[in-house]
Amino acid sequence: MAAPLLDIEDLHVRLAAGRAARPVVDGVSLHVASGETVGLVGESGSGKSVTCRAVLGLLPRGAAATGAVRVDGSDVLAMSAARLRELRRHHVAMVFQDPRAAVNPIRRIGDFVTEGMRAAGVPREAALGRAEDLLESVGIRDPRTALRRYPHEFSGGMLQRVVIAAALAGEPRLLLADEPTTALDVTTQAEVVSILARLRAERAMGMLFVTHDLELAAAICDRVYVMYAGRIVEAQSADGLFARPRHPYTAGLLGATPRLGSELPPRAVPGRPVSLAEAPAGCAFAARCAHALPRCADEQPVQREVGGARVSCLRAEETADD
Amino acid sequence: MAGFLLRRAGGILATLLVTSLAVFGSVHLAPGDPATFLLGGRSASPEAVAAIEAQYHLDDPLPVQYVKWAGGVLTGDLGRSVQFRQDVADLILARLPTTLWLVGYAALLIVLVGLTLGALAALRPGAVDRLVLVGTGVATATPAFVAAIGLVSLFSVRLGWFPAFGNGSGLGGRISHLTLPAVALALTFTGLLARVTRASMLEELGRDHVEVARSRGIPGSAVVRRHVLRNALGPITTVTGTVVAGLLVATSIVETAFGLSGIGQLLVGSVTVKDFPVVQAVSLLVVLAFACVNLLVDLAHPLIDPRLSHAKGAAS
Ligand SMILES: Nc1ncnc2c1ncn2[C@@H]1O[C@H](COP(=O)(O)OP(=O)(O)O)[C@@H](O)[C@H]1O
Ligand SMILES: [Mg+2]
Repeated sequence: MAAPLLDIEDLHVRLAAGRAARPVVDGVSLHVASGETVGLVGESGSGKSVTCRAVLGLLPRGAAATGAVRVDGSDVLAMSAARLRELRRHHVAMVFQDPRAAVNPIRRIGDFVTEGMRAAGVPREAALGRAEDLLESVGIRDPRTALRRYPHEFSGGMLQRVVIAAALAGEPRLLLADEPTTALDVTTQAEVVSILARLRAERAMGMLFVTHDLELAAAICDRVYVMYAGRIVEAQSADGLFARPRHPYTAGLLGATPRLGSELPPRAVPGRPVSLAEAPAGCAFAARCAHALPRCADEQPVQREVGGARVSCLRAEETADD
Repeated sequence: MAGFLLRRAGGILATLLVTSLAVFGSVHLAPGDPATFLLGGRSASPEAVAAIEAQYHLDDPLPVQYVKWAGGVLTGDLGRSVQFRQDVADLILARLPTTLWLVGYAALLIVLVGLTLGALAALRPGAVDRLVLVGTGVATATPAFVAAIGLVSLFSVRLGWFPAFGNGSGLGGRISHLTLPAVALALTFTGLLARVTRASMLEELGRDHVEVARSRGIPGSAVVRRHVLRNALGPITTVTGTVVAGLLVATSIVETAFGLSGIGQLLVGSVTVKDFPVVQAVSLLVVLAFACVNLLVDLAHPLIDPRLSHAKGAAS
């Protein structure tokens, strides 16, 4: 079998000594094949962004990573600075959560979109021409004028399109989308998601789509990983996940997702996420789990195959039968 | 834009008016009077005193004196110095080049060294940062006259590298004569600018868009230049402007210490003997310089940050 486009194997990321009681990413393994859309879902603070950034070789200051993050078979964690720049320019690109923060407010849109191409040696005129095409492809009207404008002249949704255009400039094979719609208002969210999905398909890229919205992930992804306190607790096909969540946390997240057209407010998963200061010995979710047994607090569940899904729950086999 | 400039020009005129009144008032309210100085402490006949007072309009009521003086300024006549018996304008023009050279030299040192040290400290946390912090702390706390004494005893007396006294002539002469004064003058402000640069760059280094630039494979040096230093320029420009204008005041201590005949020394000498027309004119010059520098800084800000545009300010 050919190496998958992205293959993360047993990734651990520990913050600088004294900053956290447990690794922020704790044994994550996931893969994304070429042309595939894969979701990474979890509450805020579960380590999704840290995982995502590790794919670009960006770690929090002072943090240490072990395991492997392979893009097309080469391990990002072992790359030299020059190889990393090459990776970031041509192979992997990222779309960030808040476009206002992601774009330098005092430089022109044209500078932002062409910067990566210019760094890769594309001449200025050619880069501007390509930038125009890219802006057009994300649905920005009058792209030539847009290139000369400043970020504050754009709405959040338009600016996120600019960020997407800039991410595509290096013709990456893998797109990391880190909660690309969380900072946007509801009406533009759907537009941005559909632009991402269309461009991913047109360019046959692989995409790792990070979100805390399980329903959104299920709608656009082929497979979904559910992350809790730095660990993957469940992984299965989007359809399977939606129809039959195997982990109590996944089931809780599904309950927490607001349904379109529903009058009922979403039920949040009860309790609060595990902070970085806590390092529970057993299942990290045990304290919030309605199905927890005494042994859940002491025994760490091993990830295994249950009914077509990969689940880390001591009781996965039992709940699978209800 | 034209409206903005008009409003600013009006503001500068108002500032000059208020300053001239304040300086005028404080000079005249202070004890002692110029006539006594002119007579050199000799006891003189009341007629002689009256003659002098009449010559310098010192016998007029204060408001009349002020109006006469202000009228002269508006027609380009800054009055005559009581002490030197010369036109104030000539006195100032003769001393201006030395002061401008000194201030320009010091400003250059402040910007070059301050920016470099500040950027170095921000980009190299740890030993380099701590070293710069200690160094700039000492520099900021060193009064210019203490620095002057130290520099002269080391570089003029002991090493003999630079002259300790005088203006010098020609470009080379000026530079060698003005080096120690410029360093003494620059020391405090260099420390200040380095710290402002450091703080401003650290703030910009923490921004998301800086990490985004790195995540796109932009080389580190370009990230620092285009996204950190460039964005940090706002506070740096403001402080640089204030510092350069402030040099015109701070220069009096250094000019006195190094025996340079410039504007600062003229001001100090004139205040001591209550040579009112000179004090008034030099004060106005300094205020005018402050106002102009501030105007330049305000004009520069929208170029640095497009979000601050005067067009918008005028509309609101
Ligand atoms: N640069 C950093 N320095 C210190 N802690 C960090 C840093 N980045 C992330 N963390 C911590 O790591 C945990 C996981 O963060 P993150 O991956 O951003 O979560 P998510 O994206 O799932 O909301 C959080 O508790 C966060 O506070
Ligand atoms: Mg995040």
